[in-house]
Amino acid sequence: MDFSIINLQELAQTSGEWLRGSGPESDIVISSRIRLARNLADFPFISRATDTDRAEIGKILRGRIERLHEQGKFTGQLVYVDVSALEAIDRQFLVERQLISREHADAEGARAVLIDQREQMSVMINEEDHLRIQVLKSGLDLGAAWEQINELDDLIEARVTYAYNDRFGYLTACPTNVGTGLRVSVMLHLPALVITRQIDKVFRSLQKINLAVRGLYGEGSQAQGDFYQVSNQVTLGQSEEELTKKVGDVVPVLIDYERKARDFLIRESQETLHDRVSRAYGILRTAQTISSEETMHLLSSLRMGVNLGLIRDVAIPTVNKLFVHTQPAHLQKLTGMELDSSDRNIERAAYLRRHLSGDGAGAGHN
Amino acid sequence: MKCQKCDKPATFHITDLVDGKPNELHLCEECAHKFLAPSSDDASEVLPAMAGLLAQHLAVGETAEELARLDQRSCSVCGVTFLEFRKQGRLGCPHDYIGFAAELEPLLLNIHGETRHVGKVPKFCASGAEQQTQLIRLRREMKEAITAEEYEQASTLRDEIRSIEQARDDKTKE
Repeated sequence: MDFSIINLQELAQTSGEWLRGSGPESDIVISSRIRLARNLADFPFISRATDTDRAEIGKILRGRIERLHEQGKFTGQLVYVDVSALEAIDRQFLVERQLISREHADAEGARAVLIDQREQMSVMINEEDHLRIQVLKSGLDLGAAWEQINELDDLIEARVTYAYNDRFGYLTACPTNVGTGLRVSVMLHLPALVITRQIDKVFRSLQKINLAVRGLYGEGSQAQGDFYQVSNQVTLGQSEEELTKKVGDVVPVLIDYERKARDFLIRESQETLHDRVSRAYGILRTAQTISSEETMHLLSSLRMGVNLGLIRDVAIPTVNKLFVHTQPAHLQKLTGMELDSSDRNIERAAYLRRHLSGDGAGAGHN
Repeated sequence: MKCQKCDKPATFHITDLVDGKPNELHLCEECAHKFLAPSSDDASEVLPAMAGLLAQHLAVGETAEELARLDQRSCSVCGVTFLEFRKQGRLGCPHDYIGFAAELEPLLLNIHGETRHVGKVPKFCASGAEQQTQLIRLRREMKEAITAEEYEQASTLRDEIRSIEQARDDKTKE
């Protein structure tokens, strides 16, 4: 079953599960993601694989996984997407949806992704490793994510031979992933820690315990939209449970810091905070042209305002969706037009006005 | 010693190979990151660059001859050389973890603080993996034999390949 451009159009209209903002602690935790890196034992790693190898690897993996799906081994609708055949804008769309990595979009050569249409699961074929399996869940839900991905990994492994040895574990193209091949990440929204200038301190303390912190959609310590992704750096010498626990244990501490920072802002500068949030809402609802950067910045304030009850006529799922739908590829897919930068800024403003007018709270899809 | 790009102390001493000629760089951790990863929005993208950095770092302390000898070593299965690995930070095939095991240990210790796998083991065929990896070499040798018109050799290899593939396919009968 092949994904056509029309299906991507449909996907653009809906929200992936991780955007719904319905999981545990979802005022601060946006999503939990677990990824496993695997390779077939009888092919070279990607950097050394020929075009024939890549085609063969893709064929084997696609066949095995689709057969599993036919046998009803997992629920939901599974779709195969030939990434190498997509237009740049459609690849960008999938990156914005967190369904493929930037690397997978920009690389050359035969490569694909299998996506479950609820967008909880995606399996990249021929990215840096032959297989990169990913499970994405709303809010803080690492336990459930691990169970799901572990099961899928077993199902696939029953049909193929993974590259593995007892000494070094699951063998990967890059030594930074060897062993468990596991990357556990949690995405958090931390606007109060940014405003109160504590975010750098948080960074440093996480780095001391070997956790990586990265701004989403951006670099350095000032992340766009105040989103931060915390993940494990080490993959070898600790079990999957230990690595997941390490990330999972630190999240409540971060949530607590953020909540305390928000309380502080309410106690010490309620008017300033309320003004900040209201101005953000005002601009978003009335601007005629607006950049992606400014949008992320204002949506971050709006989101915090909704969480704190300062803004009552917008719902969190709407705000979450706006973060994604105002990204460049999404905008163009939703309007069905190819737009240059300044036209996008106009279209973005129009989209925001439409979706934040009065009935923003439960407006549903468009 | 100070970082060449800022004022922090230099903790990474890199021998960058430019057209085969060594170029010494002395950088702090942050500048070393930036040097190798100009833009990335995902933690896991920075780390491969670090692997390359550390792989190069391994080479410091070796004499020029030791390094040259080490760099010439190649994997018996896929043919990748240690030099290629050092430059890309990426390995060529699963067998590299056996062929270059001694060299990889200090690198893994640096990255993970550990060198042995703890955790999940494949349920179905953990021990058969290395045999399957030999297929990479056998297929390569068969192609070479055909090119050299050594058809008897190619035929022997093809039989060997078939029996290993049969073992693999028996597992996937469903």
